[in-house]
Amino acid sequence: MIWGILQFPGSCDERDALHACELHGDGARLVWHESRDLDGVDGVVVPGGFSYGDYLRAGAIARFSPAMEAVAEAAEAGMPVLGVCNGFQVLCEAGLLPGALLRNVELRFRCHQVELIEEGTGETLSIPAKHGEGRYYAPEEMLDRLEANGQVAYRYADGHNSNGSVRDIAGVTNERGNVLGLMPHPEHAVDPLTGSTDGLRVFDRLGRGAFVNQGLTKAPRG
Amino acid sequence: MTVETPKYRELGLTDSEYQLIVEKLGREPNDVELAMFSLLWSEHCAYKHSRKLLRRLPTEGERVVMGPGENAGAVDVGNGYAVAFKVESHNHPSAVEPFQGAATGVGGIMRDVFAIGARPIAILDSLRFGELDSVRSRHLLDGAVRGIGHYGNSIGVATVGGEIYFEEPYEHNCLVNAMCIGFAKTADMVRAAAAGVGNSIVLMGASTGRDGIGGASVLASAELGEGDEAKRPTVQIGDPFEESKLLECCLELLGKGLLVSLQDLGAAGLTSSAGEMASAGGVGIDIDVAGVPLREADMEPFEIMVSESQERMLAVVEPGRVEEVRAICEKWQTGSAEIGTVTEGGQIRILRDGEVVGEMPVEALVDGCPLYDLDPAEPDGWIYGNRETLAPGAAPEQELLSLLSAPSIASKRWAFEQYDSIVGSRTVRRPEQADAAVLQLPEAGNAIAVSIDGNGRRVACDPYEGTVEAVLECAQNLACVGAEPLGLTNCLNFGNPEKPAGAWQLDNAVSGLADACNALGVPVVGGNVSLYNEGPEGPIYPTPVVAMVGELPDPAQVAGSAFANEGDAIGLIGPFEPSLAGSELAKQRGELKMGLPRPDVAAAIAACEVVRAAVRAGKLSSVHDVSDGGLAVAIAESAIAGGIGCDANVEHLRERGAQPEEALFGEGPGGFLVSGDRATLEELGAVLIGTVGGEQIAIGAGDRSLSVSLAEAESAWRSLDPA
Repeated sequence: MIWGILQFPGSCDERDALHACELHGDGARLVWHESRDLDGVDGVVVPGGFSYGDYLRAGAIARFSPAMEAVAEAAEAGMPVLGVCNGFQVLCEAGLLPGALLRNVELRFRCHQVELIEEGTGETLSIPAKHGEGRYYAPEEMLDRLEANGQVAYRYADGHNSNGSVRDIAGVTNERGNVLGLMPHPEHAVDPLTGSTDGLRVFDRLGRGAFVNQGLTKAPRG
Repeated sequence: MTVETPKYRELGLTDSEYQLIVEKLGREPNDVELAMFSLLWSEHCAYKHSRKLLRRLPTEGERVVMGPGENAGAVDVGNGYAVAFKVESHNHPSAVEPFQGAATGVGGIMRDVFAIGARPIAILDSLRFGELDSVRSRHLLDGAVRGIGHYGNSIGVATVGGEIYFEEPYEHNCLVNAMCIGFAKTADMVRAAAAGVGNSIVLMGASTGRDGIGGASVLASAELGEGDEAKRPTVQIGDPFEESKLLECCLELLGKGLLVSLQDLGAAGLTSSAGEMASAGGVGIDIDVAGVPLREADMEPFEIMVSESQERMLAVVEPGRVEEVRAICEKWQTGSAEIGTVTEGGQIRILRDGEVVGEMPVEALVDGCPLYDLDPAEPDGWIYGNRETLAPGAAPEQELLSLLSAPSIASKRWAFEQYDSIVGSRTVRRPEQADAAVLQLPEAGNAIAVSIDGNGRRVACDPYEGTVEAVLECAQNLACVGAEPLGLTNCLNFGNPEKPAGAWQLDNAVSGLADACNALGVPVVGGNVSLYNEGPEGPIYPTPVVAMVGELPDPAQVAGSAFANEGDAIGLIGPFEPSLAGSELAKQRGELKMGLPRPDVAAAIAACEVVRAAVRAGKLSSVHDVSDGGLAVAIAESAIAGGIGCDANVEHLRERGAQPEEALFGEGPGGFLVSGDRATLEELGAVLIGTVGGEQIAIGAGDRSLSVSLAEAESAWRSLDPA
């Protein structure tokens, strides 16, 4: 599959995501934030960073970009979409994912390797996290619904939830399961030399529709 | 009766300097000219007390791509690529406003690196504060760490290493030195010299405001003292988002070959950028301030010329390509304005709407400042204080734990986890995983290692030997990851050079730096000098911060500092001759005094070569440089990092004249603590001192033998971690 990685002014991890997608898929390219056309890609990554300086609120301005309009349409049609860190914030702001990301409970940016537990399989992944606003939050009844629908994709392992996310949630999907938001950075876990290769598994599972809620929809293309 | 102080004195110029300006102009300078001269003739810009000394430093080498005089130095790393690097101080702004001071320090050093066409790939920082029991020091530390993180994290450049020391003499005048590493195709790099009469001068990036006016002269070139709060308006405010756009924009412009030359706007703003570009190119420049986009409409020409507003760059562009340049700036949503032209004749002219408001020869402005000789005199003895924090007669276990928990030695995880250390996918060794940061360069097919170091306390004990040690420490850190030094940069943080003791420290430190670089065969490709680092209680420790970049062929072979395998032998390589002089233990006992032993530099360099070859061949399980706190602390650090104990004995150091206490906690250059296969260690000439294993850190040292549990040692070493 061919991945497209959105590039906003202020994106930081777009080249890392490009590299990870090249390793995972059959190709990858950057998609400029002003482009309304996703250029025929099969999956999209909304990368980490500080889009538009994170002014106003993290992700609040990026959601209005032409490229995000295109992503919203593609997501509606079932295309796999991965939002990492700031990308997760953008997808929440855009209403493509439930919940919100608040400032870390310790009110400090923190960069460290964390362990994630994959829901369903129980696999443990070692992936770095780095953010100042990564505390996942949603109202109780929404959390109950997310859990009932199988929309919680990743949780922090015991002792690894340093940002104070509710119910240790690190990643969620939309109802259909083709849009995934994840606070830690799978694109920074694709090379044994820099720490781990567990991140490739996230791209792989999203790409082959492993999160897609079978009861609700058909598998995405690609 | 009050006598009015002449304006030039308020701006930091002496009577004789002012007379010289009048002579060179043939008349009195007007306000615009006086403002510009006062900045470019400041210590910060003109290096008037250090330039003569710096001529001692070796600057040439086969791998040097750019040397001193450019915005940053650069060395060749093969395959058509170069690595650029520079370290610069932002001490006084950080002492006044630590968050913005440190943030803009990072922003400024990154602009220096992308000004030569290199993409910033890493940041390191070297910080000094007063003791942590001071509220002021905790405030400065917290602000500086948050500021560095804020800027580096937001712009997407990894902060991969650094060091923090806490010492009383930095109480009033903290040090914030930031280093940036850049990576470039050598063919795409650009110099700062303006060229091509008739070419346009384009100002890019943020608009110009009243922030940071007089920063270089008022803040950076005078001692700190009472009333520093009032200097807050001279501290610039940073915006990493502006810089991120400006960075991408400049790299795209350079990649497309649209710029003749490029220069960042740092200290003294447009004045120094335009002046230095013209001086380097041997041309003149006209600047019309009416073309400069302003934040406030009513700014005077002198304010526009000296404003230190951040996130701005100045480019020389061929007239026919200005529109293309401006279109790319627009794409990146960054400002651009044509504000002048390159002229013949060597005059810099400032105009407002076509009317000349200032005119002076470039040569007088940029290179005309008189250079001063120092008047050094060795002080009578230890000029700094001594404070006893560890009672004499403490048990050796207590001494070890006290050293491990000392803020200067303890883990800095609290700080470095606030920095994104991995963005860019190059970081092979994160902070505290090895003695040097390691960054892979897949494009060049190899990797680089970077170390930054400078123990001011030891330099205070002996400015010459202390500086030699700082260079050796960097070389040893590089050897620990298998890297060979390519080039060195430095930031000389000293007190007032006009005082004899300050002059003596500076003079001797520069000699030590020169001699150590010559011995290693490492060229100095750039540097920065920060003088007048004094508060009401006296000068800082003389602090030459040395940063070295080295090359290694295969990042997969890099060892770490952690003990790895139960049963591995532990060895000591190198001419390590421990002494308590200038050590952390001497500090805690309040026994600091002048003097350090003279190290065997050639033997230390030979040991670096042995270790480097062994690491590259994958022969060692762990390797760690013996540094602050001595051999016992190095052993404990390797054990804590590996989560495994050891049984060691350091008594053989008696043969090198060391008493048991010195063998445990004495410091000095030239020592590597290694672990691995016993026979391999013997082959390497290591002295075997123990075995890895167990839950205890046991070190035999005659009547000072000690044993502490791994957990106890780790808890002490983690004393800075939040509860």
